[in-house]
Amino acid sequence: MNPYVVPTLVVVTLVTVGIGLYGLRFARTTSDFLVASRSVSPAWNAAAISGEYLSAASFLGVAGLVLKYGVDVLWYPVGFAAGYLALLLFVAAPLRRSGAFTLPDFCTVRLHSPGLRRLATVFVVCIGCLYLVPQLQGAGLTLATVTGSPYALGAVVVGVVVTANVALGGMRAITFVQAFQYWLKLTALAVPVVFLLMQWQADGRPAVTPPEPTFAVATTVVVENDATLTLPDGTTEEVRAGTVLTYEPGDPAPQVSGVDARHGLDWLLPGDPGAGDRGLFATYSLILATFLGTMGLPHVLVRFYTNPDGASARRTTLVVLALVGLFYLLPTLYGVLGRIYTPQLLMTGQTDAVVLLLPEAALGGGTTGRLLGALVAAGALAAFLSTSSGLLTSVAGVLFTDVLHGDTNGTARRGSVRDFRAATLLAASVPMALSLGVSGLDVSQVVGLAFAVAASSFCPLLVLGIWWRGLTDAGAAAGVLAGGGAAMLAVLMTVAGPPLSGWPAALLGQPAAWTVPLAFTVMVVGSLLTRARVPADVGATMLRLHAPEIALKKL
Amino acid sequence: MLAQAANREPPAEPAGGQTPVTAALVRGLVRAQLALALRMALVVVVGLGGLPLLFVVAPDVGQAKVVGVTLPWLLLGAAAFPFLVVVGLAYVRLAERNEQDFAAVVARERDR
Repeated sequence: MNPYVVPTLVVVTLVTVGIGLYGLRFARTTSDFLVASRSVSPAWNAAAISGEYLSAASFLGVAGLVLKYGVDVLWYPVGFAAGYLALLLFVAAPLRRSGAFTLPDFCTVRLHSPGLRRLATVFVVCIGCLYLVPQLQGAGLTLATVTGSPYALGAVVVGVVVTANVALGGMRAITFVQAFQYWLKLTALAVPVVFLLMQWQADGRPAVTPPEPTFAVATTVVVENDATLTLPDGTTEEVRAGTVLTYEPGDPAPQVSGVDARHGLDWLLPGDPGAGDRGLFATYSLILATFLGTMGLPHVLVRFYTNPDGASARRTTLVVLALVGLFYLLPTLYGVLGRIYTPQLLMTGQTDAVVLLLPEAALGGGTTGRLLGALVAAGALAAFLSTSSGLLTSVAGVLFTDVLHGDTNGTARRGSVRDFRAATLLAASVPMALSLGVSGLDVSQVVGLAFAVAASSFCPLLVLGIWWRGLTDAGAAAGVLAGGGAAMLAVLMTVAGPPLSGWPAALLGQPAAWTVPLAFTVMVVGSLLTRARVPADVGATMLRLHAPEIALKKL
Repeated sequence: MLAQAANREPPAEPAGGQTPVTAALVRGLVRAQLALALRMALVVVVGLGGLPLLFVVAPDVGQAKVVGVTLPWLLLGAAAFPFLVVVGLAYVRLAERNEQDFAAVVARERDR
């Protein structure tokens, strides 16, 4: 075991808490959203937004997917980044000008509807929980990989730590902390990748594919389930669960039955020859979900309030786009190099661990490899801490305001600290339970499902609310229920339903391509049918959303 | 309907309320900003969204190699991100110009 890992993880936690305490001296209330809003520059703010956004799914999951499936899953990082462009084009400045702090707030500001506000609250909680699941999954995986503990123990322990932290106010949504987390995550991937690429050069630039992956170093693999091994020459071998296989450098890595992965040209080239049209459908569905889902994530919107005005909200979003784009250049390299240095992950299916294992696998067990291994573990912890704390704070805040206090105006934020703690516990328990049941799914795929629900519910609500005067509360509620509800059902079927294949699996596994158009259509038709319910003040609202602040003063 | 509207919280009105002229100006601004956003979105839809279809229709493109790297890897793994930033940058500039035009017209109206 790597002796540097545990001290590094402790240091990251302490530094996170330390910077939080330091930042607290400047922020007198429980969050700096209100206090620091006029003093945070777009660069700091953007780093903070990126720090909160780049989750375990980005840090671990993307590289794992690339290792397993190849070029087709590059749409995940592209979509995660492009989501901010959609946010910039359609939402950023008007949302900041609306003064809305959360999505339920936006419903109140734009449509004055308590019913719609409650519905939005339900969806914020659902999306938040769905997004927390893969974070806990990533945490369980990280601890299991670096310390050897069972997966469930890791997920529960880290879940409890974050819950306690948020409930006791240990990690507040301080801009400094989140900005620090961004730079830590970037460094934790960027520094090792330089060493990895140098090692790859020194090894004579081994080809990624084809031929089949071979072991670069002597490796031991423990088979978890009974399986059939297929070697590149076509010979097969039956192995029982618990069999220990040892490989010498240069041995080809066999394909293991039951582990879903692509090989050879299927991995290298776009398109899935086995799936045909379904593959193309899944790709476009994923593009739609990630491009349009970002704007509906609860912890993303809340940060826009820290911009002083609409124009700076736009600039901040642009910097975020650049920062996350810079980050997403890196996980792909880990996935590709993992093909060379950690082919055993393709046999066990634990591809999400590639980022954690690659430095030691490629550079050997020397000091350099171990230090870099500790660095990526620190980055993974940062990814997990920042996103799950931000999410939990947002979800608990909405639960606290709208459910425990039944406050449908969103104006008063009263209530005791004890109620906020109860809300935090409530918001954390469901995802913790779910995270134990989904260990078979890839981290990034679960995140993709959360994006699909957000894209099918809040994206139409925000886009139509901001740009179309004709939107009514009844139409909006119908659209959110139809699109978001359908996407939620599809997610539940995928996670908990019977195994499907063919078109039903494609339609439910990547639902956005039909649920997003459904939501938009229902919302528009519903609004046209209830035209009498268009708010009387829609003209004034539109002026507030779109007119630059400087012109408003002159009016 | 009127009673309902009366019960609602009054929105934050800008100083001076809205004249028919400013209402028309706001409509124009919203339309201009939406058209700009849609144009930019179209650039991305064609530039990025067209790729999966392109790789299916013309498999040779998907297999082409540029400096030793297969083209789809280069496009999706690296080039897509600066492309998105450039589109975003262009949008921010043009959207701010729309707003400056609006502010200038508003100032002229007020001085009249």
